Amino acid sequence: MKHPITLNVNGEEWELDVESGETLLDVLRTRVGVKSPKIGCERGDCGSCTALLDGKTVRSCLILAVEADGHSVITVEGLSKNGPTELQKSFVAANAFQCGFCAPGTILAASELLAKNPHPTREEVQEAISGNLCRCTGYVAIIDAVLEVSRRAGAGALDAKGKERGDA
Amino acid sequence: MPITSDFEYARPKTLAEACEMLARAGRGAQVLAGGTDLVGWMRDEMVAPTLLVDIKRIPGLADVFVRGDCLVVGALITFTRLLECVVVREHFPLVREMAGTMASVGIRNRATLAGNICSAVPSCDGGPVLLAYEARVGVHGPAGAREVPITEWFQGPRKTALLPGEIVTEIAIPLPSGAHGGCYVKLGRYRGEDLAQASVAVLALPERRYRVAFGAVAPTPVRARRLEALMNGRVLDDALIGEARRLIPEETAPITDIRASREYRAHMLGVMFDRGVRAAVARLSGGGPAHGTALI
Repeated sequence: MKHPITLNVNGEEWELDVESGETLLDVLRTRVGVKSPKIGCERGDCGSCTALLDGKTVRSCLILAVEADGHSVITVEGLSKNGPTELQKSFVAANAFQCGFCAPGTILAASELLAKNPHPTREEVQEAISGNLCRCTGYVAIIDAVLEVSRRAGAGALDAKGKERGDA
Repeated sequence: MPITSDFEYARPKTLAEACEMLARAGRGAQVLAGGTDLVGWMRDEMVAPTLLVDIKRIPGLADVFVRGDCLVVGALITFTRLLECVVVREHFPLVREMAGTMASVGIRNRATLAGNICSAVPSCDGGPVLLAYEARVGVHGPAGAREVPITEWFQGPRKTALLPGEIVTEIAIPLPSGAHGGCYVKLGRYRGEDLAQASVAVLALPERRYRVAFGAVAPTPVRARRLEALMNGRVLDDALIGEARRLIPEETAPITDIRASREYRAHMLGVMFDRGVRAAVARLSGGGPAHGTALI
């Protein structure tokens, strides 16, 4: 059964007809052509399919595309429309990825953390990225990159697209 | 890759409409909220519903508020919302401590407390804590609304007291009268995101009353009434903790699975209970480890 949906992806409006069984991850990659969310475990454990849905990180492999009808999605492509963010530059400077498979998800998770909590402790960074598996770095360089950008910049310099709605 | 089974998706605008859809579709229908369990199970072909009824656009299910002496958690309240909620932070520290251990941020942003107990896996984090608080599950169905005490909710692994056509609308968590100290201790294979290998929820109440519940060590989360009966009215000391620990095997039936052996679960449960009950009692009098501190 096809469902017509609208989806705002990185600021662009898309009108799509999706099957009930298509996930948001499928649609982002194969229909919209946004490739930064990766197909990893497809069960919500690895975090490589992470996208921001209405500003919050989600597992796009566990969301049906039709559920996202009318919502907005941001991926790393949208985050860095005007060039790499300070966080991304910090990842580069710290050698915070090797194969890069986990990097889009980890960057979105860290962006969400920094938007909420501009000066996290090391433990808070670990907790925030604990759902993003990296098999290359051992995480130390990733955590250093997040802490470094938090030290160097105030919250204003960070991309705050993942800003909270101020829920009670 | 897409989910291969064929199913329909519906997005009712009212509770009545949703119940009607569920009733019409019968046993093939499933309620969809956060979907972090359900969509994964569908992909793994563990379940193959013919109709998903997405309740996320039904008004009135996405609130968390105080009603009388209860914290009312709407069916669409996510673990992230619980962590952000001021009332939870100030009055239900045990709920907050539990919510912070559930999976990872990306799951917590989507997964709901109601969905957690509807999935009803033996390791669900919501179970032990809601048992300790003596929560009530509000459901709506063809016969109207009813409340199910949490003690009657869990019927077996992935089995609940929910009847066909019914939808969970809220979870009411009574605030214990007077002060309370709580502690949730969760054991995983590593710190960070994992399902519980075993979990313990303890509430310490005034006049030396205790509530204890365990997760992942029986077919359902269990309330440990024998331990409570032994401990109630008595000062918590090493001797009492030792006596209580000896009763744990009577309340639990841990199994060996991919995440832990029976023996390991049984042993660690004693250690976790010991640390959790001490922390809960210390917190009751304003001391104890900060909430969220890993005790294991």
